[in-house]
Amino acid sequence: MTGVLPVTLEEARKIVQALLLSGKEYVCVMKLHGDVSENRVKAVLKEFEDVIYQRPPLRASVKRQLRTRRIYYIDFLEMEGRNVLFKVGCEGGTYIRKLCYDIGEVLGCGAHMQELRRTRAGPFIEGEGNVKLHDVAYWFMQWQEEGDDAILKKFIQPMEKALALVPKIYIRDSAVDAVCHGANLTAPGVLSLETGIGAGAMVAIFTLKGEAVALAEAQASTEEILSMEHGVVAKVKRVLMPRGTYPKCWKSGEI
Amino acid sequence: MPRSVAPWEIERKLLVKAEDETNPKYGCKPEERPAKAYIRFGVINLDKPAGPTSHEVAAWVKRILGIENVGHGGTLEAL
Repeated sequence: MTGVLPVTLEEARKIVQALLLSGKEYVCVMKLHGDVSENRVKAVLKEFEDVIYQRPPLRASVKRQLRTRRIYYIDFLEMEGRNVLFKVGCEGGTYIRKLCYDIGEVLGCGAHMQELRRTRAGPFIEGEGNVKLHDVAYWFMQWQEEGDDAILKKFIQPMEKALALVPKIYIRDSAVDAVCHGANLTAPGVLSLETGIGAGAMVAIFTLKGEAVALAEAQASTEEILSMEHGVVAKVKRVLMPRGTYPKCWKSGEI
Repeated sequence: MPRSVAPWEIERKLLVKAEDETNPKYGCKPEERPAKAYIRFGVINLDKPAGPTSHEVAAWVKRILGIENVGHGGTLEAL
């Protein structure tokens, strides 16, 4: 299996959870175990554009209990004999091998996954800054020799890029350090926010400079937050920025 | 059935609640971080080769860059 594999370095590992939950897109070759017409294959693929049930495979790193995953789309690309090429956009944690098996069951002839390439992991896309291992080795060596930071930017992206699809809340400088210490974000600290936030959803708390401060769980919707004057807006789940990056502007009670 | 909207197809707008400025003395724009910090807070959009596991590939990156820790977003089977 090849394709997009975001690798997080050092501190950036803290955003892995957001990446795991993010949607994925794959291009897959499925091998049918019998002859089926193209129209029938297309029709059955359409049936799987829905919420599906999957039990993780025997060799899996998660608990083997039935779970649901949403398939956003399956685009039939082409078919040659018993090989079917399709593109699938799905929720993180969808097993494509299982999907192929289940498609085979519905077709009646059976099928298995022949080849798989991931073309997207959340905001990371094949062909957009997608680099190979030997490029990493070469550019890193070149950077060490020449010291030109532009070379680093050829293959490393700021961790904020990984949060591109997570709705954001931008906060005041004066609220940053409190959040870095794990305090929940309250309404007065909020400067702006993106549409589509719902209570319970994961949000990313950002500074005005575009730095990620923390991952949090929204306690209200975008509209509600806009009109809130006090109260907790988001509960901090994972702090991303080191404490002390911004000055401490909050009063500590008794210590 | 109409196809559902993938997370990357959602368009978001930024709504302003209050105005304020940020002090240039603290923090810095992600793309302007000094090299060391740029790496520490960095992500590589790697094209995983066939053969090794995602875990092995991540370990190679760790060795190449001479850093302590790496993680990866979503296992891709070896094969």
